[in-house]
Amino acid sequence: MMQPGFTDPVLDGQSVFRAVLEATSRPGRVQEISAGLTPPAPLHPATAAVLLTLADTETPVFSDAGAAAAEWLRFHAGCPLVAAPATAAFLLATGAPPALEEIDLGSDEAPQEGATLVLQVASLAEGGALRLSGPGIEHEHGLHVEGLPQGFLAARAALAPLYPRGLDIILCAGTRVAALPRTTIVTALPRTTTVMEG
Amino acid sequence: MSHEPGSPFGGYNFAYLDENTKRMIRRALLKAVAIPGHQVPFGAREMPLPYGWGTGGIQVTAAILGPRDVLKVIDQGADDTTNAVSIRRFFSRVAGVRGTTRTAEATIIQTRHRIPETPLTEAQTLVYQVPMPEPLFRLEPRLAETRRMHALADYGLMHVKLYEDIARHGHVSTAYSYPVMVGGRYLMSPSPIPAFDNPKMHRMPALQLFGAGREKKIYAVPPYTEVRSLDFEDHPFRPHRADGCCALCGSTTSYLDEVLTDDRGGRMFVCSDTDYCEERQEAAATAAPASTTPAPETEGVA
Repeated sequence: MMQPGFTDPVLDGQSVFRAVLEATSRPGRVQEISAGLTPPAPLHPATAAVLLTLADTETPVFSDAGAAAAEWLRFHAGCPLVAAPATAAFLLATGAPPALEEIDLGSDEAPQEGATLVLQVASLAEGGALRLSGPGIEHEHGLHVEGLPQGFLAARAALAPLYPRGLDIILCAGTRVAALPRTTIVTALPRTTTVMEG
Repeated sequence: MSHEPGSPFGGYNFAYLDENTKRMIRRALLKAVAIPGHQVPFGAREMPLPYGWGTGGIQVTAAILGPRDVLKVIDQGADDTTNAVSIRRFFSRVAGVRGTTRTAEATIIQTRHRIPETPLTEAQTLVYQVPMPEPLFRLEPRLAETRRMHALADYGLMHVKLYEDIARHGHVSTAYSYPVMVGGRYLMSPSPIPAFDNPKMHRMPALQLFGAGREKKIYAVPPYTEVRSLDFEDHPFRPHRADGCCALCGSTTSYLDEVLTDDRGGRMFVCSDTDYCEERQEAAATAAPASTTPAPETEGVA
């Protein structure tokens, strides 16, 4: 049987969006999502809530989360699911994401067309080994991410010179959300690299 | 909460816009925050008020607004002008949100052409109504060309304009809509706020969102982002303020409006930010009930 979507699509969508907006505005701050979804495995409630809030018929979605999740998204969000990462507006990755150079990063004239990667990780917490700086951050934010794919941060950092083109990342774990917009500079404290490779 | 016809929202969806429109605006807002100062096109809808009355700001507010928000709307600093009153009433009818005139109480402040004098906090979002989002439009009317100039960060034309101002008038002759560089990358119009307000945008703790309804553009400045007014080393940016103090609260640091009081040249200056002015008057009244002249602030602005 199909799992239900939002109980109240209007107000749930609004509160999830505000959490994502807050996360994007203040990279590294972890937001709690309380929409109470029970999505099909392997989706976490936060991952499912973010996609239901932002994806619809106008946004092609690439998903690596399997048939049940794809069916759930197609039914509740009505989004087209695409097989080629380059054609997706949102990429849902529950494991290693597609190679970042395969993803649409927008153009210099229309950088907003760069895709958004919704990356599901094992856990998220504030004040960890990743040091974040850039717009939205007063001095520095610390972020603890467990289950980040190996080499992911290096691949992301390699996109920085392309700015304003780039990839915006929403990290989801359980009911928590954090974001790494393209402007955020991430440095890892050397002794804790094992954490980021989870 | 019910969203059916006959609901508290007069048959409209919560916050007026339909959910597809809100999602489209929300996606544009997230990209705008991710690329500070870059204008993101969006499908602006027809709103129940004309262009020029804040249709862009209203759509941004409608897309972010929730039932627990407290909304303040100002027009040139005032809470009690037609535009501000109608927009506040609009959102109390279609979203049931509480309105306020107190800057410190508001979670969302929609503004036309001013930034409140009271410093904003991390818990607040400032939504600007923008008539013309393109800072280069007086210098280059072709949008295809200005898009390319933004892509290449080619802003020499604006520096030439400021230089010509200085050569001709001895100073930059722009008193409002004074162009800024955001995050060292994008030239941005701060909307027609007085240049006096520009420094408040720099590393502001609150999120700043900009909506232009007729021009169908959204842009944003994330919190703590560098916002620099364009200037030259030998002609540094100098915010202009009328030389005087408020006739009502005595402030010597707030932005002042000039008010004509008769047809014989009588005039006075009052704070443009009505809430700031009222709070100062109340504070002065409670501090010294017998005194009729409010104490002026110690610090002045050149």
